[in-house]
Amino acid sequence: MTQRLRHKTALVTGAASGIGRQSAIRMAEEGALVCITDIDDEGLAGTLALLAGRGFSLHHDVTDEDSWHSAIAAVLERFGKLQILVNCAGIGVRNDNIVALEEEGWDRLMAVNLHGTFMGCQQAITCMKQAGGGSLINISSVLGIRGSADALSYCASKGAVRLLTKSIAVHCGRQGYNIRCNAICPGYIATPLGLSVRESLGDEEFQRLVDKHVVGRMGIADDVAGMVVYLASDESSFVTGTEMVVDGGYTAG
Amino acid sequence: MSSDQSVRTSGAGNRCDGKRALVTGGASGIGAATARLLAGEGARVMLADVDEAGAARIADGIGKAASSTFLDVCRADSWSAAVASTVARLGGWDVLVNCAGILRRGTIETTTMATWHEVLDVNLRGTWLGAREAVRHMQGTGGVIVNLSSVAGIVGDQDLCAYDASKGGVRLLTKAITDHATRHGLGIRCNSIHPGVIETPMVANYIAESDDPVAERALWDSYMPPGVTGHADDVGHLIVFLVSDESRLIDGAELVIDGGGTVE
Repeated sequence: MTQRLRHKTALVTGAASGIGRQSAIRMAEEGALVCITDIDDEGLAGTLALLAGRGFSLHHDVTDEDSWHSAIAAVLERFGKLQILVNCAGIGVRNDNIVALEEEGWDRLMAVNLHGTFMGCQQAITCMKQAGGGSLINISSVLGIRGSADALSYCASKGAVRLLTKSIAVHCGRQGYNIRCNAICPGYIATPLGLSVRESLGDEEFQRLVDKHVVGRMGIADDVAGMVVYLASDESSFVTGTEMVVDGGYTAG
Repeated sequence: MSSDQSVRTSGAGNRCDGKRALVTGGASGIGAATARLLAGEGARVMLADVDEAGAARIADGIGKAASSTFLDVCRADSWSAAVASTVARLGGWDVLVNCAGILRRGTIETTTMATWHEVLDVNLRGTWLGAREAVRHMQGTGGVIVNLSSVAGIVGDQDLCAYDASKGGVRLLTKAITDHATRHGLGIRCNSIHPGVIETPMVANYIAESDDPVAERALWDSYMPPGVTGHADDVGHLIVFLVSDESRLIDGAELVIDGGGTVE
């Protein structure tokens, strides 16, 4: 294995499963030291076992500002610096359409997907400035580009993350911080979150969504993790403010 | 009722005859201009705003076709009351124009949690609450929803971190609504509008409150092509078109109205 992230340190949220877990594994394989966080302690333990000792785990609620302070302090204590933040923590909610969704669901989803991403970027920038630079990676979605009736608040949150990312990229670039900020827009990925869509929508509607990927299948977490590694590495040093679409052609057709 | 010529107070058109429109942020700027232009094209309008007196003044200026009501877009109960008032005064409800919005300075580093939530609550959550009311009400009869996003929902601005996020959210919220409405055959169209710099009180106040208003003015001017100035009526005319049946095939679209400012 190459060492594209040698000497780099990372924090990955939502790392107990799916894209977060696979991103942490791939970054550790590429030589990074990785702090993995989630509210799912059991899942986190499973991910940690796959990191070959190249990191540590932390119970971390991304919706809580103090929890962010603690997580970043722990990274600084263990690794001495923070250079990569991957905001993978994300949720969907039931009845997520314009008629049925109630405030509780909207607010819960926004707290994780949007407000959590905002707080993470804000606090990480402070550390990355001291480290001489860094890479912020936010997980948006093809649903931050295309609309979906049954993902109303999800679409809104991912559209917001997409533009939050650009605002951050412009700011950090203009300030000369050497901090890049990019969004990744995955298609439907076979993760616990992605597969929960089948449960809520039923097989027929789910298959219709899968068929929108022109390659004829859902993605796997590793498809996205490869992009995370690229954006985390110095190979992407001229890449900032983008939305990297990893969607099997979902938005192509 | 709405085709009654006596309620017509300005303009001579009839492109929105019979439409009954609730316009949020109606006390100023794009909301006020839109309400006036809609009324001029034959619509009956309810101007809603947290600035109740301001909305009432604009409604008075428009004439009999216009009414006004208090509305705090952040609160679901306030929406319920405003919708009830709209239905009672206008005899029904066909059109929602979500103009209410706020602009706050702040980069990713300087935006406080309070400011973040303030902007997201009004601009994104408020737009959602309104659209939800509209779809629930109009799903039997059809209608039109127009959401005000911004060019800030397309390109990033370092000083408008929360605003950018909110408008990016509105842009995709709009598409999710359209997907729902079209797949269920509700006859409700929903589009987002993306204005560039429009000379409204919102923008004027933002510039006036900056540390260096002259430099800030120059910065905002630089967002538009040389010599191009955006006025609330420019956006209002586009909204009239989107409300009218002329735009019946325009749905889930993002309409940029910025004088070409985001082309380069």
